[in-house]
Amino acid sequence: MSLLEIESLDVRYGDFQALFGVSLAVAENAALALVGANGAGKTTLLRTVAGAHPPAGGRIRFDGADITAMPPHQRVRVGIALVPEGRRLFASLTAEENIRVGAIQAGPHAWSLPRLYEVFPLIARCRHRRAGLLSGGEQQAVAIARALASGPRLLLLDEISLGLAPAVVDALYDTLAELRAAGTALVLVEQDLDRAQGACQDLVCLLEGRVVLAAPAGAVARADVVAAYFGTAS
Amino acid sequence: MTWLNAALQGILLGGEYALVACGLSLTFGVMRLVNLAHGDFAVCGAYLALVLSASLGMPAWYTLPLLLPIAFAAGVALHLAVLSRSLRGGVLAPVLVTFGLSVVIENLLLEGASANTRSLDGGALSLASIEIGDHIVISWLRLTGLLVALLVLGGLQALLSHTSWGRSVRATSDDLDTARLVGVRVRPVFATVAGVAVATAALAGVFLGLISAFDPLAGGTVLIFAFEAVVIGGLGSLWGTLVGGVALGLTQQLIGQWNSQYAVLAVHVLFLVVLAVRPQGMFAAASSPVALPGTE
Repeated sequence: MSLLEIESLDVRYGDFQALFGVSLAVAENAALALVGANGAGKTTLLRTVAGAHPPAGGRIRFDGADITAMPPHQRVRVGIALVPEGRRLFASLTAEENIRVGAIQAGPHAWSLPRLYEVFPLIARCRHRRAGLLSGGEQQAVAIARALASGPRLLLLDEISLGLAPAVVDALYDTLAELRAAGTALVLVEQDLDRAQGACQDLVCLLEGRVVLAAPAGAVARADVVAAYFGTAS
Repeated sequence: MTWLNAALQGILLGGEYALVACGLSLTFGVMRLVNLAHGDFAVCGAYLALVLSASLGMPAWYTLPLLLPIAFAAGVALHLAVLSRSLRGGVLAPVLVTFGLSVVIENLLLEGASANTRSLDGGALSLASIEIGDHIVISWLRLTGLLVALLVLGGLQALLSHTSWGRSVRATSDDLDTARLVGVRVRPVFATVAGVAVATAALAGVFLGLISAFDPLAGGTVLIFAFEAVVIGGLGSLWGTLVGGVALGLTQQLIGQWNSQYAVLAVHVLFLVVLAVRPQGMFAAASSPVALPGTE
């Protein structure tokens, strides 16, 4: 059984429809890469799963239970955590306070502060500094730690490599591999196709709010993904 | 020496202004709620103390342990029933709703308590004072008012800095949408903030009633001074609010010492000058909503 199942999801912002009948599934402990051009609906999809937008149609199931109408804090409680696009840290709070806010709905598998500092030595060094003053890499690490503090079974990561130096991104992806090993399922929005294919076994491409390609990441040819990405496939 | 006395009175008065203003600062900072009924909540607190102290036959002081929980509960109920709905209605809705509340409260008070000016009985403390030399007289009541204001502001600051509730409040204030998505339950956070705001307003109202006098329409004046203290101090900073209140009190007393006609006018002029020269206030928090950098 899949951990996350999305069935023909429609999401609208007023008159504008962002997602059209999107369906996908993520198995327990699996990693799914979500790719697509800007405006394809990737962020909307992650935010809808996290509970930010009530869908206009379709269903979301998590661990077998229908969570379509569940409020966001309960979704965190059952094990869904979002690392939002642009990090979105609470700027006036320190790094550690940000993480502790993330632990408000901590479930049984919550990561403790010492364990998080072990995985992210970067944060341990700046834990008492205001989040607004941290470097981009530090901020991204705190954003991931804040999500892990709730003990998620499914981690939704929205463009974590945006604006970061390649070495920092390498370190973050090493951490993601550790998370996978610890049993956390991932949905990863990533612009860098090589990284996405390297980190995930499944790949879904969105185009203008619709799924245009869903395949095992290792088996799909780069040209096919590019064609799906730009909508030039026949 | 008379000037020194005026300055001391100004500081004491400033504590009183800060006490009214801190609830306003909190609701605006956290909920982006411009509460035009805040001054009327303070006046309601004074009337509640009047009723309680008359029916229980004790000085207004002793009603506080009963009055503050009632005010807190009223704030929570008001938020759940009215304010939370108005906040969903866009930027203008809360302004109109709290303006309407203000009109309703003032008229209910007029109807129920008549237009007479009242004051509260503070017992022996009302008349006691410390006299230093010939010119300096410090009323114990006003001194207590300042100490209570310091205690309330310090207590609120400690709660905000060191508790899980405080972290949730600050996180919500920084970024409501993200706070919701990482698991903060926004409704209880807002409701308790509204409760604290109404309770502090009621407490300030009791001091207003003890120190001077009030009538059903006094809320408007209270609101203006509170707003000016918040703006001068800078939004989102409780200690800034205290400084703002003291700046108002000092201006009022020192100018009043020179010419009492211009005392209140000078306060409003000070407010306008601060607004023109330093609109973010003197102590705006580093991450006040206006100054928050883009997230990208």
